[in-house]
Amino acid sequence: MIEAVGLTKRYGAKTAVYNLSFQVRPGVVTGFLGPNGSGKSTTMRMILGLDRPTSGHVTIGGHPFRQLPNAPRQVGALLDAKAVHGGRSARSHLLSLAQLAGIPAQRVDEVLGVVGLQDVAKRRSKGFSLGMGQRLGIAAALLGDPQVLLFDEPVNGLDPEGILWVRNLMKKLAAEGRTVFVSSHLMSEMALTADHLIVIGRGQLLADMSVTDFISANSADFARVRTPQTEPAQREKLTTTLTEAGGQVMSEPDGALRVTGLPLPRISDLAHDAGVRLWELSPHQASLEEAYMRLTQGAVDYRSTDDRLAHLQAPLQPGQPGYGMPPQQPTAPEVSQQGWYAPPPPGQNPYAGTPQAPAQSPYAGAPQPPAQSPYATPQPSDTTKDAR
Amino acid sequence: MTAPTHHHAPAPHAYVSPIPVRRAHLGDALASEWTKIRSVRSTMWTLGVMILLMFGIGLGVAAIASASEAPMGEESALGFGFFGMLPASICVITLGVLTIASEYGTGMIRTTLTACPSRARVLTAKAIVFFLLVFTVTTVVGAIVGAGQVALVDTAGTPTGAEWLRATVGAGAYLAMLGLLSMALGALIRHSAGAITVMIGLLLLPLVAALFMFSEALKSVQEWLFTYAIPSQMIALYAAQPPFGEDGPAGWEPLLIMTGAAGIALAGAYALMNSRDV
Repeated sequence: MIEAVGLTKRYGAKTAVYNLSFQVRPGVVTGFLGPNGSGKSTTMRMILGLDRPTSGHVTIGGHPFRQLPNAPRQVGALLDAKAVHGGRSARSHLLSLAQLAGIPAQRVDEVLGVVGLQDVAKRRSKGFSLGMGQRLGIAAALLGDPQVLLFDEPVNGLDPEGILWVRNLMKKLAAEGRTVFVSSHLMSEMALTADHLIVIGRGQLLADMSVTDFISANSADFARVRTPQTEPAQREKLTTTLTEAGGQVMSEPDGALRVTGLPLPRISDLAHDAGVRLWELSPHQASLEEAYMRLTQGAVDYRSTDDRLAHLQAPLQPGQPGYGMPPQQPTAPEVSQQGWYAPPPPGQNPYAGTPQAPAQSPYAGAPQPPAQSPYATPQPSDTTKDAR
Repeated sequence: MTAPTHHHAPAPHAYVSPIPVRRAHLGDALASEWTKIRSVRSTMWTLGVMILLMFGIGLGVAAIASASEAPMGEESALGFGFFGMLPASICVITLGVLTIASEYGTGMIRTTLTACPSRARVLTAKAIVFFLLVFTVTTVVGAIVGAGQVALVDTAGTPTGAEWLRATVGAGAYLAMLGLLSMALGALIRHSAGAITVMIGLLLLPLVAALFMFSEALKSVQEWLFTYAIPSQMIALYAAQPPFGEDGPAGWEPLLIMTGAAGIALAGAYALMNSRDV
């Protein structure tokens, strides 16, 4: 178990991590999410005693890492796949680490087999691809067969087969009763791997909850309703009716309506009572990716801007449209992308209660109480199939 | 899955590894550092070039002296070892810096310190392995080259036992200590090229600067530099009497000075490595 209390790290004037408190429990895969530069790696380094916290502390099994007896047998970590001497062969690299930790040398060949590098064990790691480097890093983390495992971006550079392998490996390690803490900026990957999420942004805790809770708290599911285009009056009428019934209605650029706050059968009933014909009534779920984006949108440090090639463009001729159009021209006047996902207060989203049951439509029944344990459902992988 | 219980308490069963757990100690770290130093090519290259330079220059100078047939009086031919030792020291400096700075350059140091949180143990193991490797190689090569020099130059005096000891064990220990100083500097600077540059500057610049101190006002500084510059001390290592100045170092004294310098730098490296973020 990893426990951080009030963890803060400043580099000069920049605060990388601020007042971070969380627990990582054994038996589950805990995902550690955040945009680039949000302090994930700094936190990982502080857990491993590589960086000293400015204030606060972090312990593993009750001890700070540097005071752990037999640290490498209790904690294994993959921080950076490139953190190897390129001139050393994979086997020599692992052998030196095994010797340092007092681990028998035959364990080296064992982990080389586990990560599938046995055929290139004698090759210098300089020539390794990013994916092979990740495998070598994972091998180093597994070397001590430790109780606590930390992985910083383990799937970077892996091929789909490798990603699947890492995913299953994490789950297997957690199922053996180990503490598995995996950082990533790929929400979609975490959705498939993790049971629990710790989300940080700008070094501060944004969320610490199970994946299912996270989805229900942060994703806004909606129903898309389309009325006959030939009769705009019906659209107006339905909007009024649904709003009066307590739903939020937003208009999409192509004339469809986004309805939140009302289950599908209720929308159908209301439309029927109002005498409005429906051409479309469909459920839509925000993916975990969208939920994550919404949560972290305020905490993104490195945001890209449009590459407008402004210096190459000819001065605008008055009234001439086309390539030289000023980009500030609004394209979708009705609703912005973010506006569609008005965040419902946690646990009050009527659609979010049952994203984990694939056979059952979330709109079919009454909303489930969000207080229910997210682990009532069989497998975390089911969660994600539905959430995407 | 143990998931349902995780909200209340740590999982009921924690994972226990079947691999027997034992406390790692300095001996493990020594084995690890030995694996590290012999598994990179830079070790082979720097030591290989060093051996070539010591043989080539040491024996070459002796051959020239032998051909000139100039009388050398009581002076022994072992003193020619200095000419191979000076370029060899550049190789030792490079290897010493690389032993630790390459770990910082590649990020390997974070992997190392995750496998062994004790900075002191890692640094001690590196220092011991590096010292013994360089000491052994230079002592053996120094002995062979010395034997060659004595055999080649028959106009020189017969070396005494003390001279033999200084030309072999003394030269080996001096170069290994110089390497330790470089290693400590590598740990302090954490940048290979930077630390190598500083060390080569330290090796050569005092003499070069002293060469151009023509002013009478700088006479004392010039004299001090000529006496205590590292190449001068290497010459002094082969001499029984101070070769520069009245009270300059001679015999084993240069080795003591270098040991002191390496000790201070290593103490700084220990202190900083313990407190610094990696």
